[in-house]
Amino acid sequence: MNPLWFDIAHLLAGGVLVLSLMLLYQDRITAVINVFALQAVVLSLSVGWQALVQSAPHLVATALIALVAKGVIIPTALHRIVRKLDIHREVERVVSGGPTMLAGLGLVALSILLVQPVVETADPVAREDFAFALAVVLLGLLVMITRRNAVTQVIGFMSLENGLILAATGAKGMPLVVEVSVAFSVLIAFIVFGVFVFRIRERFDTVDVNVLERYRGERREHL
Amino acid sequence: MQDLVAALPLAPVTLVLLLPALAVPVLAGLSNYRVSAGLNMLFSGLTFVAGLLMLAAPRSRSDFIIVDDFNIFLVVLTTFIGFSTSVYSASYIGHELETGRLTPTFLRFYHAMYQAMMGAMNVALVSNNIGLMWVGLEVATLATVMMVGIYRTPEAIEAAWKYFILGSVGIGLAFFGTILIYMVSSNVIGGGIPAMAWDEIVRHADRLDPKLLSLAFVFLLVGYGTKVGLAPFHAWLPDAHAEGPTPISAVLSGLLLNVALYALLRFKMVVAGNPAAINVGAILMTLGLISLLFAAFMLYGRRDIKRLFAYSSIEHMGIATFAFGLGGPLANFAGLLHMTMHSLVKSAIFFAVGHVAQAKGTQRLADISGLSTTHPLLAVGFALGVIAIVGLPPFGVFMSEFLLVSTAFARQPILTVLLVAGIILALGALLLRLQQAIFGEPHGKADPVKASYLPLFVHLLLALVAGLWLPDALVRWFRSVAALLG
Repeated sequence: MNPLWFDIAHLLAGGVLVLSLMLLYQDRITAVINVFALQAVVLSLSVGWQALVQSAPHLVATALIALVAKGVIIPTALHRIVRKLDIHREVERVVSGGPTMLAGLGLVALSILLVQPVVETADPVAREDFAFALAVVLLGLLVMITRRNAVTQVIGFMSLENGLILAATGAKGMPLVVEVSVAFSVLIAFIVFGVFVFRIRERFDTVDVNVLERYRGERREHL
Repeated sequence: MQDLVAALPLAPVTLVLLLPALAVPVLAGLSNYRVSAGLNMLFSGLTFVAGLLMLAAPRSRSDFIIVDDFNIFLVVLTTFIGFSTSVYSASYIGHELETGRLTPTFLRFYHAMYQAMMGAMNVALVSNNIGLMWVGLEVATLATVMMVGIYRTPEAIEAAWKYFILGSVGIGLAFFGTILIYMVSSNVIGGGIPAMAWDEIVRHADRLDPKLLSLAFVFLLVGYGTKVGLAPFHAWLPDAHAEGPTPISAVLSGLLLNVALYALLRFKMVVAGNPAAINVGAILMTLGLISLLFAAFMLYGRRDIKRLFAYSSIEHMGIATFAFGLGGPLANFAGLLHMTMHSLVKSAIFFAVGHVAQAKGTQRLADISGLSTTHPLLAVGFALGVIAIVGLPPFGVFMSEFLLVSTAFARQPILTVLLVAGIILALGALLLRLQQAIFGEPHGKADPVKASYLPLFVHLLLALVAGLWLPDALVRWFRSVAALLG
């Protein structure tokens, strides 16, 4: 295979990873949404490139779904929600950016160390894509842990799912059914999220999930 | 796609999937709650009948659907408890409407979600395609998230949010594991749909790359283990049980945890088929014991009655996981029996708890006492349920725990000491609570219970019969499944 093709595949998958790292330190909600949308666009480019390299036309459908659903519809909806909730100017204090970035780098190193020796049988594109994908998944988790805002937590979750799509396209010949159903369930998950974020707002007057903590479990009996 | 079409004429299986799918739009469109509660029962009942018909139908497989001894028994159990819970729920929600906790609009939604959840669990159970199985569990999870938050109190929203976030992470990691499994199997079987078929993967298990297989199992374990409620990943479980409507607590504990454990066991069978991969049994035993001991200690000091029994569910899933981890025909038999008995008894207990909470107007344990004088029949049902769940004879849970402990002593004496310690600790905690709730001085509200006791006593009767006498056919069935599990 043409070495340039490898490089482009790596560049795009690496781009998704870099955008995951960028998600870690953004402190304005609108910026977080924009980075997420950009990540979805790069993801769809990466999937589209895989479609070309693997000559798998069904991956084009996956790329289009990623582009339309995660690159356009969900970010637009998020922007509207954020404006409706009147938090679009809100600045969220990220739990100390420096250590979070270091933890993020650690996770990237971890996933490369974990995947490289294990996936020795697979072809190199799949192997490195897989390391990237695992890193994106773990960084998504890190975003969910460090954020205290319901909207940004869910963006962390969706970026985690970007990692899943990246992994799924790296696996050669993964049936389309799977990716369609993933897209479908992400959509349901998004609807569920939409319902809840409004309920949280309605009850608590904020979407800061720290407020929820007060109602945790049996603690309410002390109130 | 052709396989999908070819799979459809398998009549009873198709019905088990189609009936709930049909029920969702019908129930979502109906505004009269009495009619929709009745229809909910009807649809659940018909699904149960279809599940029973699966027993008679020939075993079959396609790349999407598989019907074997293992999942038929779980489909029958799931549809049965789904049916009895729908009967219970019909009388339960009438009371919730009266007290104004739910409005008719929310009930429409509630019934539609109930069927969506039942259908999704059936999909997860009968799917041969590991991706489809994942979709079933994900949809079932999201449906229950919506139901947990249905009361819209601050606590309910907090519980639902936590469940949503943790459930999504779990399910995301499980999907990553699923992709890894596909990657391993496609190297051997070749790409495309057959490489996602579970039975094909098991057949080629010994030729799969062991390292990658082990890595995949770790992801699947953390992912589906979250849904089973195993100890380090259990944080969502008590909240979700305590804050949602009681019928949902009953199906969460009785069914969803089982389905997640079932998914985990399917993958255990894959990894166990490869001698060079990690030792799955040891991991499952460890997690099971941790869950059991942790939950047993947490049972002390609970103040909320539904939360108390949620921890008891963690405890029992721990016992079942330990049994499957130990493996071998006897331990697997005990594990299967334990799953079944726990489903029946725990849902019965939640039925009783729902009645108690409605009669006393509270879930606080401190406010629940003296049931034997105010509600004698309910007190009997509740007491029998608790006696059954702590593993006292003559109920079925005793049978399964006895079997497990006796076979474990021969093979893992030190671990068995911990197992027995956990069981006894839990027994102490629950009996302590029971004593106060039943015989204490009655105080506070004591409304009459209008709901039907039928589902409660039917479940207890089944658990009692299973404890005294297991039909030969059932024993043979469980044995063959136990052999299948390896």
